Order: sequence, then C-alpha cells, then structure tokens
Amino acid sequence: MNKPIRTISTFCLLLFVALMVNATWLQYWKSDSYDKDPRNRRVIEAAYSRERGAILVGREPIAESVESDDDYDFLRTYDEPFKYAHETGYFSFYDQTGIERSQNDVLSGDDDLLFVNKLVDLLSNKSGKGGNVLLTLDREAQDAAYAGLDDLPGDVEASVVAIQPSTGKILAMASLPSFDPNKLASHDFSAVRTDYDRLQADETEPLLNRAIQTTLPPGSTFKLVTAAAALESGKYDADSDVPGGATYQLPQTSDDSGLIDNEGRSCGSDKIPFEQALAQSCNTTFAQLGVELGGDALREQADAFGFDQHYLDDLSPQAISHFPENATEPEAGQSAIGQFDVRATPLQMAMVAAGIANQGVVMKPYIVDSIQSPELETLKQTDPEELDRAVSAETADGLTQLMVATVEGTSNGVPGTAGPAAIPGVTVAGKTGTAQSGQDDVPPYAWFVSFAPAQDPEVAVAVMIQKIDGVERGEIAGGLLGGPIAKAVMEAVIK
Amino acid sequence: MSQAGFVMGFVHRRRRGAELFLLVLALAVGIGAYAAVGVGVEGEVPADIVGYGAGLAALALIAHVVVRMVAPYADPVLLPVVTALNGLGLAVIHRLDLVYADNPLKPHGLPHKQLTWMTLGVILFVATLVLLRDHRVLTRFTYTSGLGAILLLLLPLVPGIGDTINGAKIWISVGPFSFQPGEVSKLLLVVAFAGYLVLHRDALALAGRRVAGIDLPRGRDLGPILAMWLVSLGILVFQRDLGSSLLFFGLFLVMLYVATERAGWLVVGALLFFGGATMAYQLFGHVQTRVNIWLHPMTYFNNQDGPDSGQLVESLFGMAWGGLIGRGFGGGSPERVPFAESDFIISAIGEELGLTGVIAVILCYGLIVERALRAALICRDGFGKLMATGLAAIFALQVFVVIGGVTRLIPLTGLTTPFLSYGGSSLVANWVIAAVLLRISDQARRPVPDLSTGDDDDGADQQATQLIKMGGGSRP
Repeated sequence: MNKPIRTISTFCLLLFVALMVNATWLQYWKSDSYDKDPRNRRVIEAAYSRERGAILVGREPIAESVESDDDYDFLRTYDEPFKYAHETGYFSFYDQTGIERSQNDVLSGDDDLLFVNKLVDLLSNKSGKGGNVLLTLDREAQDAAYAGLDDLPGDVEASVVAIQPSTGKILAMASLPSFDPNKLASHDFSAVRTDYDRLQADETEPLLNRAIQTTLPPGSTFKLVTAAAALESGKYDADSDVPGGATYQLPQTSDDSGLIDNEGRSCGSDKIPFEQALAQSCNTTFAQLGVELGGDALREQADAFGFDQHYLDDLSPQAISHFPENATEPEAGQSAIGQFDVRATPLQMAMVAAGIANQGVVMKPYIVDSIQSPELETLKQTDPEELDRAVSAETADGLTQLMVATVEGTSNGVPGTAGPAAIPGVTVAGKTGTAQSGQDDVPPYAWFVSFAPAQDPEVAVAVMIQKIDGVERGEIAGGLLGGPIAKAVMEAVIK
Repeated sequence: MSQAGFVMGFVHRRRRGAELFLLVLALAVGIGAYAAVGVGVEGEVPADIVGYGAGLAALALIAHVVVRMVAPYADPVLLPVVTALNGLGLAVIHRLDLVYADNPLKPHGLPHKQLTWMTLGVILFVATLVLLRDHRVLTRFTYTSGLGAILLLLLPLVPGIGDTINGAKIWISVGPFSFQPGEVSKLLLVVAFAGYLVLHRDALALAGRRVAGIDLPRGRDLGPILAMWLVSLGILVFQRDLGSSLLFFGLFLVMLYVATERAGWLVVGALLFFGGATMAYQLFGHVQTRVNIWLHPMTYFNNQDGPDSGQLVESLFGMAWGGLIGRGFGGGSPERVPFAESDFIISAIGEELGLTGVIAVILCYGLIVERALRAALICRDGFGKLMATGLAAIFALQVFVVIGGVTRLIPLTGLTTPFLSYGGSSLVANWVIAAVLLRISDQARRPVPDLSTGDDDDGADQQATQLIKMGGGSRP
C-alpha cells in the first residue's frame, strides 16, 4: 500500500502548497488593492487613530489632524474649508477625494518614501505620523480667485484656475459652490451621512470641482486655438489681414442656424487686420478661418494644447476636454469659435493661455509641489514636465501680440473686448468668451483667459462662469464678469 | 521491497528527549503568544501569566510523560506541533475575547471554556494512549464505529436535540452543552473504513476490467462507494454542511484508493464528486449562493437584500491588512469578522501575525500530515497504514477546505480549524486523533519483535507479510 500512500503524500503536498501560494497572493500581491477599497473600514479606522500628515499651502496647513478625545485619536480639520475644499477634498469615514485621496499613502504614512520614518516608528513602538504634502497653490492668488467668484452677485456656479506658464504649477484653483470638508470629516458618522446625502442631492453640485471636472463650450476663448492654427499654417502672421464681414453663411447651409454674425461688434466688411479680428472677437473671421483650415487641423492644434488628453495626476477624476473628430466644413466653422461639440475645462483653457505665454510649450499641470517628512524635510520635489509643444515660439509671439491688442486695443485704434483685465503698468494679454449653451432655458457661459506680464509671463488665468443668478441673461459677458477676477488673480501673483 | 529492507535494517530511536525539547519550544509559542496578547491589547503582561503558563506546561508535560511511559517509540514531532497549535489558538481566542467583552452580541468567557476543553482533550489523549495499547484492537469495532458514526451524523436531525446554528444542522444541544457530533464521527469513520477495507481490499482491487488504461472496478463493488456518496450527499442536503460532506467523501476515496492501489477508484470518485457537486449547485440555493459569493465577493459585500459576503470580505480585508508580518496582537480588528474565534480564526491570525503567521500555521499542519503519512509508510500492518493515511487525509482535507475557504481559494464551507478554532467537540476529537496517530507511530517505530515467533497476522499488507512475521506479541 506504500505506493498509493506516496501518491497521497504528493497530493497533500500540493494542497498545502496551494494554500501557501494563495495566502501569499492574498497577503502580499493583492493586499494593496484590498487596502485601497474605500469600503475597507480597517484602513479608515487606522487612519483615524494616526496623526495624518498636513496639506500645506506655503508654510501654513490647510488640512491637518488635531488630537481629539472621542472614540478616535485624531480629527481631520480644514482651516479655510470652503476656499480649499476642492483641492484638499474631504477625508470621511466613508470615502476620500482630492489630495486626501490621491496622496493618501503619503498623508497616512504608508508611502515608501516614508519607509525610514515607518521603521523608526516601528522600532520605537510609536504610531507613526504621516508625511506632509505641500501644494503649488499661491495663497494670495487663491484668495483673489475665491473672493472674485464669491463677490459675484447672487448664487454662482463658476471656477477660476491660474497656472505658472513656465512650470505648469497650479497657483489658484477655485470652484463655486463649495462645501465644508470639516463636516464630512466629523466623527459623528450619522451627521456625516446626512451632510453627504444633502451635498449629493444638491442640484448645484457643490462636490464637483468645476475647474477640472466640468467641460463646457469655451466659446470665443477657443479663437486662440483657431488663431494658433492659422499662424502655424504659415498662411497668416499677426500683422496679416484676415477675412471679416458682418455676417458669414457657413458652407452647405442656407438657413439662420448656419448664419454667423458678430452681435454688433466692428468686424469690417471684407478684409480686416488680425488684431482687430481677435480684439473684436469676430465670429465671421474665425468661422471662415476654421472652414479654410479644416476640422483636422483645428483638432490637431487643440490636441497639442491638451484637448482629448489626460494630464492631471494629482486630482481626479480629470474631465477630458474635447474637440470633435472628423468635423465637416460647417462643423469646423462652428468649432472654430468654440461652439458645436467643443468642450473644455477651465484648467484646459488656462493651459491654452499658459502654452502661448510659455513660448508655445504647454507644461503638464500639477498641484503637488513636494512631499515632506513629518519633520518637514523634503522627500520628493515634483519636477516640471513638458506636455507638448503647441506652437512655435514665433507663433506664440504673434498670438501674444494679438492678445495684448485684445486687452489694450489695436494699433489702429479699435478697442479690445478684454479691457477689464488691464493692469496699470503691466502688459496683459487676454481673450474673452461668451458661449451659447445651446439650450433656450440655460443662459450663456462666460469665459475669460489671460496671462501677464506679456513679455515675461508669470501667471496664466482662466475664469469660467457657468451660471450666475444675479445678472440678467443679456448682460452675461466674459469680459465684464471674468475680466476683473482674472485681473485680481494676476495682480496677486505679480505684485 | 526496499521498504522492507529499510524497516529491517534500521531501528528507530525513541527520541523522547527531542520531544521534550520541541515541547518547550511549543510552550514558548503558546505562552509567548498569550503574553504578547496582553502587551498588545492591554499594554501589560497579563497578571495570570505564571498561572496560565504553568497550567499549559502541566498539560503538555502530563501528555509527554504518558507518551514516554506507554508509547516510548511514538513520533516525537506530533505532540509538540499539536501543543503549539493549541497554545496559539488559545492566545488568539483570548485576544478576541478581550474585544468581545464590550460587545453584548458576542460570546464571552471563551478562553476559559477552551482551556477546559483542552484539559478534557488532554485527559482523553492520555486515556486513549493508556487504554489503546495496540491500534489493531480497533478492527473489532469496524461495524460498531460505522454505525456509531452514522448515528452521530443523524443526531442533529432529531427534533428536540438537533440545533441549527448559522444555517447548518450539525449541532446537538443537551442542556447548556452544544456539541458537533460530526467531529467525533470523523475518527469513527476512519476506523470503520480501515476495518472494512482491510478485509475487502482484494475483492475491490482484483476484480474489474480495464478501460482506456485505467482499471475500473466491478459494478457490484461500487456498492460501498455509492453508499458513501449518498451519505455525503445526505449531509449536504439535509444538514446543509458542504464542508463535512466534502471531507467524508474525500476521506473515503483516499482510503479506498490506498487499500486497493487502483487509481480507477479515484476516477470514479472524482466523477461522482463533480456530478454530485454540479447537481447540488443546480438544485440548492445555498450552494449557488456560496459559489456566487466565492466568485464575486465584492459584489455581495454589504448586500442589503440577499446573500451578504461580509464575513468573507472582512476576512480578506483583514488578511490583506495584516500583510507580511501582521499588525501584531491588538493592532488589527479581527473582531470585524463574524466567528473569527472558530471557522475564521486563520483570518485573525493572518491579520495580526501576518503572512508569516499563516504560513507557519500551514506548515504546522503540513508537519502533522507528513508525520502521519510517515507512520503509515513504516507501519507494519494494513489496518494501521489505512488508519494513519485516513487520519492524515482528514487533517489535510479539513485544513485545505477551511483555510482555502477563508482565503478564497475555494468556496467557503463551514469547518473548524483543527486545534486552533474555538469549539469543544473539535478540540477534544482532534486530541484523540493525535493520540491514535501517536499509538500507530509507536507501533510502527518500535523495534521488530522476535521474528521466529508468532503466526500469520490478519492478512494485512502483502509486502510486509512477505518478510516480517508479526504476531500479536506486541500486544501486552
């Protein structure tokens, strides 16, 4: 009987090996993915009993853990809750968002960067403190951005993004309406539930970070991309004359829906200077340029600025800005003025401005400046990265010239639509936009993008106002509403 | 044939000193774990550590001394491994009891009860060794134990004493005591199978025809295997106990195969098993639920209206949370897993002692199985060989089914983890099984008695009988 006993021994060996391999698979290879499951209370409970690292702007924390004397050892608190809610995100018992989520490993102290700290804590039998995350945000710029939106009359749904053109650092990112992450981080879990359900049910979507998660037609601000494609094509330069006219009937159309006009702005009758076309935001000009360049060239140019791409790793989810594929001639004409199916986030439009400001090179945007140990020693510094070269340096100069004319007026005396963003003593480059929502009951969206100083840009800004209760529908205009906010943010950075 | 030469040319040493040394290590595991629980959960070494340690050491020492006296040639590794597992189990149960104390829904006083059961287990261990001086005596009880096993398995179905706990009708309650008769019937079944097969192995082995290179058994010989299959299915259907059903059928197959040396039985058995499993899956909702939860645990997690995979997922979360070295006693939340003290004790170990602890436990079980199979290999009589193989197989299968279920290798079935889990019937039964294994290994390792005396043994093993004449001389 020994032969079958040996066979059975082998069989038993296989059973035990299978158990050990499976245990290793579960506890070693798969353990990370189980730990990351938001329903895993162990991880969250442990996080509540450890001093989580701080999220810093400048030297001051905007999110930190303070000792608490209830069931858990530490309470997460947010010092300026509404202003930074969309960057920090919230740290609740049920879920996390924003930096709290994307940098969770660092903040909780689990990241490999903190290995030495972890080891020391383990040996000294202390429960470890998490690492800190320093953001790229600029306190003054963020104050200006948030205050600018908050001071608009009535309830608003709007967002501001400011980027440092040379690096891609996000200097300001505000989104309204906002929420109080302190309420979601509370240890009173039923109150957290109630508040979360309320925020979820709110039609104005306070939890949404409109700066990166809302895509809307960019309207006339997209003319920057069309102008970039026109200059890159070699057929035009900043001093060329471009087609103008009071109205333009799109090819293959014959009715009103295909008729482009300029809503009364001064766009000549035949040829007009490029400066005037952008300064007066001439729909007829850019629709014609779009038809002439074609949908593919426009899409290629838009993609070079970051459309149809994922580029933001620090906050998620990032909505993908979109330019329609295989646009027909009339679609290309509509798209060239930022209508039809073109969709962009405020961050994307800020990147268009920043790309032009940075001699044509679009930098990958980021908000995590560095990772610090609990002792504030820098462990990892984010290096700026090039995303793409959108246009040549010459084209960028040409576009800058056109955008400056849009703020200051053209050389032949035509005033610019972006005047409200002008800063005394500083050359500002800008572009307004007012995009039709396409729905009768939804008012137009107001946009504004700019950068300054034009010669040596330090900041590029995009302002988007999706909905504003306190302003009559007919008076919603990018320059008037967005210009002053962009100006305030640029001043905050430059001064 | 080489086997016989090996037996003749080699005299096993008693190795009782080695056993004592290993026992000290095992006690260090048990008492150390108990102290670590105190330090980890309450921040100090438990006040009763000396009393507790002395108690545990006394039990182990009594067992050792008895082995030294009545089974001097017994395998030296089995007792220490069993002691280590039992000690670790006690510590983990103590750790869980400390957190259960605040929760009125959880059971209380577990470590004390478990220690009482362990004492009873050791007493029965000693009694078994003292009373059972030769395992072959058990052949007399072949049919008695078979009947006993079936009666015990049927007991939970009797109204009045049968008790349904967690959906499985495998309990009987008499007064304040509840008891899982299935645990005891394991041993009885092994005795019954071994006795039956030793007598009928020739008929089962030799008749039959060869199909496609595999010797298939004769139709009329299929009787017992079909009967066992039906019993297993009966357990599955009427008691809803997937684990025991699989365990008993697997045990029977292994023993049948070892007795007849014919792989054909395995083929037939495997076909019957998969046929039965498929049928059960299609016919019974609770089997489907188990399989679905196994395949998609995350989908059923916190499921409000229907089957909930909370226990399995919390166990997976816990083990993943434990990682390589674990959170340390008191550092995890094993109480999140329902029944962490019994079926899911391995998840509590995985969470707080990590993969390291889990592998160590699996290796301990592997050692028990390996030692049992080694005893089977060198045993001189067929009955002993079959018993040892059967007991080894039951350990291996039970450990595989329960740890595999908890770690999501196979669908979850309720079984206890031998020696670790909280539960009197399981612990006591396993101590008796350990005693039987020690007895068989003592017989196997004992120097061959005088070769010239004695007559033919009960026609057990062919290989052995060709060279070794074994009489009843080993019987006192």
